[in-house]
Amino acid sequence: MSSVFALLLARESRLLFRRPAELVNPLVFFAIVIALFPLAVGPESQLLQTLSPGLIWVAALLAVLLSLDGLFRSDFEDGSLEQWVVAPQPLPLLVLAKVLAHWLFSGLALVLLAPLLALMLGLPARCLPVLLLSLLLGTPILSLLGAVGAALIVGLKRGGLLLPLLILPLYIPVLILGSGALQAALQGLPATGHLLWLASLAMLAVTLLPFAIAAGLSISVGE
Amino acid sequence: MNWTWFHKLGSPKWFYEISGRWLPWFAVAAALLLGVGLVWGLAFAPPDYQQGNSFRIIYIHVPVAFLAQSCYVLLAVAGLVGLVWRMKLADIALQCAAPIGAWMTFIALVTGAIWGKPTWGTWWIWDARLTSMLILLFLYFGIIALGQAIANRDSAAKACAVLAIVGVVNIPIIKYSVEWWNSLHQPATFTLTEKPAMPMEMWLPMLVMVLGIYCFFAAVLLLRMRLEVLRREARSSWAKSEIKALVGAA
Amino acid sequence: MPRSDRYCRVEVDGKPIVTSPFLEALALACERDWRMLFERLDLALVPGDMLQVVGPNGSGKTSLLRLLAGLMQPTAGEVRLQGRSLRGQRAELARNLLWIGHAAGIKGLLTAEENLAWLCALHRPAGREAIWQALAAVGLRGFEDVPCHTLSAGQQRRVALARLHLEAAPLWILDEPFTALDRQGVAQLERHLQGHCERGGMVVLTTHHRLEIRPATFRELDLERHAA
Repeated sequence: MSSVFALLLARESRLLFRRPAELVNPLVFFAIVIALFPLAVGPESQLLQTLSPGLIWVAALLAVLLSLDGLFRSDFEDGSLEQWVVAPQPLPLLVLAKVLAHWLFSGLALVLLAPLLALMLGLPARCLPVLLLSLLLGTPILSLLGAVGAALIVGLKRGGLLLPLLILPLYIPVLILGSGALQAALQGLPATGHLLWLASLAMLAVTLLPFAIAAGLSISVGE
Repeated sequence: MNWTWFHKLGSPKWFYEISGRWLPWFAVAAALLLGVGLVWGLAFAPPDYQQGNSFRIIYIHVPVAFLAQSCYVLLAVAGLVGLVWRMKLADIALQCAAPIGAWMTFIALVTGAIWGKPTWGTWWIWDARLTSMLILLFLYFGIIALGQAIANRDSAAKACAVLAIVGVVNIPIIKYSVEWWNSLHQPATFTLTEKPAMPMEMWLPMLVMVLGIYCFFAAVLLLRMRLEVLRREARSSWAKSEIKALVGAA
Repeated sequence: MPRSDRYCRVEVDGKPIVTSPFLEALALACERDWRMLFERLDLALVPGDMLQVVGPNGSGKTSLLRLLAGLMQPTAGEVRLQGRSLRGQRAELARNLLWIGHAAGIKGLLTAEENLAWLCALHRPAGREAIWQALAAVGLRGFEDVPCHTLSAGQQRRVALARLHLEAAPLWILDEPFTALDRQGVAQLERHLQGHCERGGMVVLTTHHRLEIRPATFRELDLERHAA
């Protein structure tokens, strides 16, 4: 069973590396959205610093969401998902591997890019550990929740704006906790509470959401 | 335990007959309770010592907000029943209840805003309860949009069920995180929840209104479900004769 | 690959009696988008059977196959595996089933070998040697490490069909397996399906093509006779 998990991870990484644009696009999107804000609200550094926790988190959240839109689409179209559903391997395990692979490349890259953009927004360097940790704990939740939506709409010809509509309301706790952690750090307060909450939500998401994703995929495949 | 009633519920014809018998009762009860509650609450209940007469909108706001929240739980329960026992009626209930829930949430938001004007001096405030209500409205929109986007109605029902279940698990987390966010950012505002203990004569009309709005909900839901059942069973002989009778009567 | 254990026959007084078919459908009905495709459909498969589902476009051939594979739920009736309802037996079905849909699950970005290695691993991992042999058997020697999107449609179909040489599942459900194959490929596949049935396997397939080589147990199921 664990060998299938490892094999799927390897397969997904291979697929992602043979089409690197899909990895890079969300990162570029993330950077552009961050760059839009100084242009919209003005370059005043004090204001940008105050806003930076929220800006970074909103941009990261949108980037993760957009990168997930096509998570299962090609697998759906070429019949791979049917093969997963009829296979003896538990589907929740397979989807967990798939989402993990996606996060390992696209999510992790986003986490690594974030400090650079945060510094450009004037976030002090002492806040960077909290930024990294909160994104590290928060983005897997975003990926898993987004995957539920992606699984539900994979059969639709034009999913379009549906995914954000379904999933963004569910992202709110992560947004509050993540940007809250960063804001606390910015004010020189301890952020441990936020981070612990994020960690427990991440545990909850990893244990429960693969089942919801699997249910969504079975429904979409069975249509 | 005898489960025949539960399986009978799966039969559309049985549901159509039994709901036809219940519907008038719910409708009459809703009309009576809402009428009594409104007149009592708006005209006879004593004014609030702080807010004067403007508080009276809670006789609409609170029951509606109550219903809006429990309706989402109903969606999730119906979704679970539909997924686990493959009960078609639960699927129908889910899809018929979602728009009602969305409307109730919308009304709760509007009445909240109207209440906010005299109380806070502004139409909208990022108060924890109002914010949670807004998020609830978005959750309803998601379910409705998903149900409409999927052409195959069985898949649509199942997909909505999954989303509703994920949503209902998320709702307490959303609620607590929003409350917490609110307490961090604007401490010590006047919140809608923590009122001083209500005297009996203010509280009773509220109870009547809550009961009335639930009866109203049951009546509207049954009405919508009966229509949907007829639509789905349009080819069966019992539905045909039923439709003929309805059209003939009109 | 003979699998005598799949025979569901017992002998009473020296006479073979079929206890319960390996796979059967009882009063199956399928509705799609308010249209009843077929209803009151019964079928039974015992080891060695080959069933070709025929019918005009839109008569529900693919839907029937998907119902039998457990990918879809019937509107009415049920599918049974070895006498018990398919619900709750998903794992048992999965172990015995090889499903190749119209889209066969071949990734264009992966090579033929990588594709097959993964598809086999979903059931039972296959060694490199076995995969190369299977690819040779479907006439793709030398194409093992070519990304599949560079192959022709017929060659991609052959990659998917190579699974028929790799996996030991007794029940094959194949949706339009002959699509895009050349004449030689068709004959080869027909022989392979016949051999599978003669070894005690079962095949359910849809195709508009008339099979030239068929086992003695070959049957046709015309969906038009079950149309609502």
